[in-house]
Amino acid sequence: MTDTVLKVVNLTVKIPTRQGVLRPVDKLSLEIAKGKILGVVGESGAGKSMTGNAVIGLLDPPAHISGGEIWLNGKRIDTLTREPMRAVRGKQIGMVFQDPLTSLNPLLPIGDQLTETMLEHLDISASEAEKRAIAALEEVGIPGAAERIKSYPHEFSGGMRQRVVIALALCAEPSLVVADEPTTALDVSVQAQIIALLKRLCAERGTAIMLITHDMGVIAETADDVAVMYAGRMAELGPVRDVLTRPTHPYTQGLMASTPLAAKGGKRLNQIPGAMPRLTELPAGCAFHPRCPIAKDKCRADPAPTLGAGDGRAACWFAGEAGP
Amino acid sequence: MSQETKGQNHQPATSPGETSQAGNRLTRAWSRAAGSDFIWSFKRSPVAVVSFLVALGLVLGAVLAPLFAPHNPFDPATLNLMNGFSSPMQPNAFTGEVFWLGTDDQGRDVFSTILYGMRISLFVGFAAVAFAMVLGVTLGLIAGYVGGWIGAVIMRIADVQLTFPGILVAMLIFGIAKGFTPLEQRDEMAIWVLIIAIGLSEWVQFARVVRGATMVEKGKEYVQAARLNGRGAGGIMIRHILPNVLGPVLVIATISLALAIIAEATLSFLGVGAPPTQPSLGTLIRIGQGYLFSGEWWILLFPSVTLLALALSVNLLGDWLRDVLNPRLR
Amino acid sequence: MSDLVEVKNLVRDFDVSAPWLNRVLERKPKAILQAVSNVSFNIARNSVYALVGESGSGKSTIGKIIVGLLPPTAGTIKIDGIDPAHEPDKAKIAAMQVGIQMIFQDPYASLNPRWKVGDIIAEPVTARGGKADGLAQKLLEQVGLSGADVNKYPHEFSGGQRQRICIARALAAEPKLIVCDEPTSALDVSVQAQVLNLMSDLREEFGLTYLFISHDLTIVQHMADTVGVLYLGRLIEEAPREALFADPKHPYTKMLLEAAPKLDGFGREVEPPKGEIPDPIHPPTGCAYHPRCPIAVDRCTKERPEMEQKGKGRVACFLAV
Ligand SMILES: Nc1ncnc2c1ncn2[C@@H]1O[C@H](COP(=O)(O)OP(=O)(O)OP(=O)(O)O)[C@@H](O)[C@H]1O
Ligand SMILES: Nc1ncnc2c1ncn2[C@@H]1O[C@H](COP(=O)(O)OP(=O)(O)OP(=O)(O)O)[C@@H](O)[C@H]1O
Ligand SMILES: [Mg+2]
Ligand SMILES: [Mg+2]
Repeated sequence: MTDTVLKVVNLTVKIPTRQGVLRPVDKLSLEIAKGKILGVVGESGAGKSMTGNAVIGLLDPPAHISGGEIWLNGKRIDTLTREPMRAVRGKQIGMVFQDPLTSLNPLLPIGDQLTETMLEHLDISASEAEKRAIAALEEVGIPGAAERIKSYPHEFSGGMRQRVVIALALCAEPSLVVADEPTTALDVSVQAQIIALLKRLCAERGTAIMLITHDMGVIAETADDVAVMYAGRMAELGPVRDVLTRPTHPYTQGLMASTPLAAKGGKRLNQIPGAMPRLTELPAGCAFHPRCPIAKDKCRADPAPTLGAGDGRAACWFAGEAGP
Repeated sequence: MSQETKGQNHQPATSPGETSQAGNRLTRAWSRAAGSDFIWSFKRSPVAVVSFLVALGLVLGAVLAPLFAPHNPFDPATLNLMNGFSSPMQPNAFTGEVFWLGTDDQGRDVFSTILYGMRISLFVGFAAVAFAMVLGVTLGLIAGYVGGWIGAVIMRIADVQLTFPGILVAMLIFGIAKGFTPLEQRDEMAIWVLIIAIGLSEWVQFARVVRGATMVEKGKEYVQAARLNGRGAGGIMIRHILPNVLGPVLVIATISLALAIIAEATLSFLGVGAPPTQPSLGTLIRIGQGYLFSGEWWILLFPSVTLLALALSVNLLGDWLRDVLNPRLR
Repeated sequence: MSDLVEVKNLVRDFDVSAPWLNRVLERKPKAILQAVSNVSFNIARNSVYALVGESGSGKSTIGKIIVGLLPPTAGTIKIDGIDPAHEPDKAKIAAMQVGIQMIFQDPYASLNPRWKVGDIIAEPVTARGGKADGLAQKLLEQVGLSGADVNKYPHEFSGGQRQRICIARALAAEPKLIVCDEPTSALDVSVQAQVLNLMSDLREEFGLTYLFISHDLTIVQHMADTVGVLYLGRLIEEAPREALFADPKHPYTKMLLEAAPKLDGFGREVEPPKGEIPDPIHPPTGCAYHPRCPIAVDRCTKERPEMEQKGKGRVACFLAV
């Protein structure tokens, strides 16, 4: 495949702590093609943000990549040192985080932040950069962009700030955007606006997007493929419609059945017993087995199969056996 | 357990939460577990270990002074004027006695006076901090929880007091109190006046920090739940908020202890603190200072070094404590 | 029997002005934020009334006023026929207040980290001087935890388990009404189902009434009997669940339902809603929603619509049919 933008192979992230070496990301593989959106879902602590941060090379020490490969447009980036990685990050990877204020400098007008980023990564003149900054703000739907470039981040509402961050992430025309819960802090109506914006930009420019969220609804409406993570491992990976309507991993099946919509009012919700284990107390074998309705001896003894990017869908010895 | 978890010999011994309940927010449990990580961080910090040992040694020396000290400097019967001005480790020219750290003009063993002087210094320090803590925590809780004009008045007083150097406040209070005590009771009262003076100059730190922490806790939902369940303001402050603001209080108490010991020494050095009949380290330094240029350096040097070691070790311990109790700083 | 909760013309203002001195120096007027504006609704016994709305719409403020954590600026609240502001008999008010409990959004902040779980659960009884021997064990088992957990501390539990502990604490007061302020929004989907199921079970077992506050329409659709929609402190629509979700009358409700992500909305192209929530200190004149409303007419900008019975529910919109 030539249009693969991001390819992650057997990525493992380790954190040495006093409870032992934790593995918030364990042998994870995934791929995103040009113009596609990959949704990454999972419970809190499943390792979604760790995966995203590993890809953009911004893991907080002591967390570090201890194995696997990350390829961006056919170039390996996990082995890059700080400076070249910084260049890749600005130019080829854009970032959008949950809290827009973490990506904006509170002391600089937003226009300056945009032009600065462009001048650093694109070969253009200052006046051209300013023109493009205005265009970028217009594109993300900031009214009166020509005047607003002089405004500071705190003069915008939460939704508007997130638009500015998206403009900032996209201004150097990256081929990949990693968006970590970009709409979690926003209201439904604003969320709908932001999602529509991301989808449009992705389609128009052919940008690949890694969309991290815990909201299955957002994934369903936005993503082309979905990766379901559980306790640091890939549980299920596949086209969004297949995974959501005919999940084969017992965890995904339970998850889909426990969403209130599935019960259609009044009826009891299907519940998965227990909670995701902490990384310090992962059970032997498959991490999901204590909560799994179809767990067998093999699941308690052997770790679940590792899912390669092109392999089957579910990392489960008995995938699909519980019926959809 | 995987192979990597072996070799963790310094795992905290008591930490029931680590093993029993499952939970998906490890990071939160992290900060909670700070209590049990205490020993672990302590062992990993050489500064903390050394400071602790130094402070412990000094405190024990002071507390057990009657057992340790070769002489009782306050018992005139054991004094021999002939022993005056003995150099450290040298036999006295007249009596042939050897004093580790020498003697002063009246033949008092400097080592013993230091041990006994530390008793006074530490007593004044601990008592002043305890007084400042009770006052500051109470006022801080009220200012933070009740707020309104009561809180405003408390905090304005604190602000005003902060603009004066603590030692000035202490001297002022000391001066006023002295004016009110009859002459014959002055020596007796001096220690207590000292405690109150230093305590009053240090409550502000406690009040400010407790007020801030209280305002944070007050907004938390467990406090609202307690209000909802009919618990009164006093009950909420004492039973709910107080236990949750004690962490920073402990840090300030330690750092204040160092400050109080220095403040006491300063006041005594200036001659407005502990009387010569009950000499503290500060008094000893004042006395010793007079002999520096006549060659009897040990009378000044050893009490000064002890004061420095005491204040520094307690202060470093406080710094370490602050870092441990505030994981965000790491 | 009358309804358990009767809220009439409820108003709550917050003074959000700058400190007095700054205001005088900068010649700024006092700034008043009306968080709840003339809201009236009733909650029937043993039913679930859901309040939905976006952030800042006044949901939590209404909840806190009902449980008595905040006083109203104007309007009346009657619970079990008793109006705490006008009831002369203090004992009656106290007895009524025991029966109202609240479950909060953040399961991490709603339990005192220094208290044992057993003491936390018994607090509604012990805070009023009662004896609570064995109560905590019984309640812990009732919410699906182990009775032996009474001696543990909150940090030993996960988010979902903590929320169960909060529920157990609420039950200790033998409540009639529980105000649930986004009880599952901090929880994961698989755990959320456990908590919602537990709440449904307890409601049947104890004949509880819930005021269920949420911004998640899918949860509301699952839990509620009646739904009230808030916008900028104003109640703009109220209807039985089926009616509201099948046939929303207010353009804002329609927009909310449309904008919410759907699990089966693969590749759905929604027309993104216009604009954002206006500044609550200077709300729009007339109908607060008119600047964003696709069907607004001149009258909407001048006159504030009242709640009127339309179909199975009540709507505050001139153009609703
Ligand atoms: N410094 C650290 N030390 C130990 N464990 C850590 C550290 N940082 C993160 N973790 C753990 O790593 C795991 C993965 O965290 P991550 O932030 O990727 O989760 P997430 O899926 O993004 O969750 P959320 O939905 O809450 O954002 C979590 O279990 C977390 O507790
Ligand atoms: N103590 C307060 N002082 C000043 N303003 C307040 C106070 N409490 C709430 N407000 C304001 O009142 C409005 C309503 O707040 P409220 O918390 O009831 O909203 P909400 O609907 O619960 O929102 P969310 O979904 O974010 O919880 C908001 O604009 C908020 O800023
Ligand atoms: Mg995350
Ligand atoms: Mg709220």
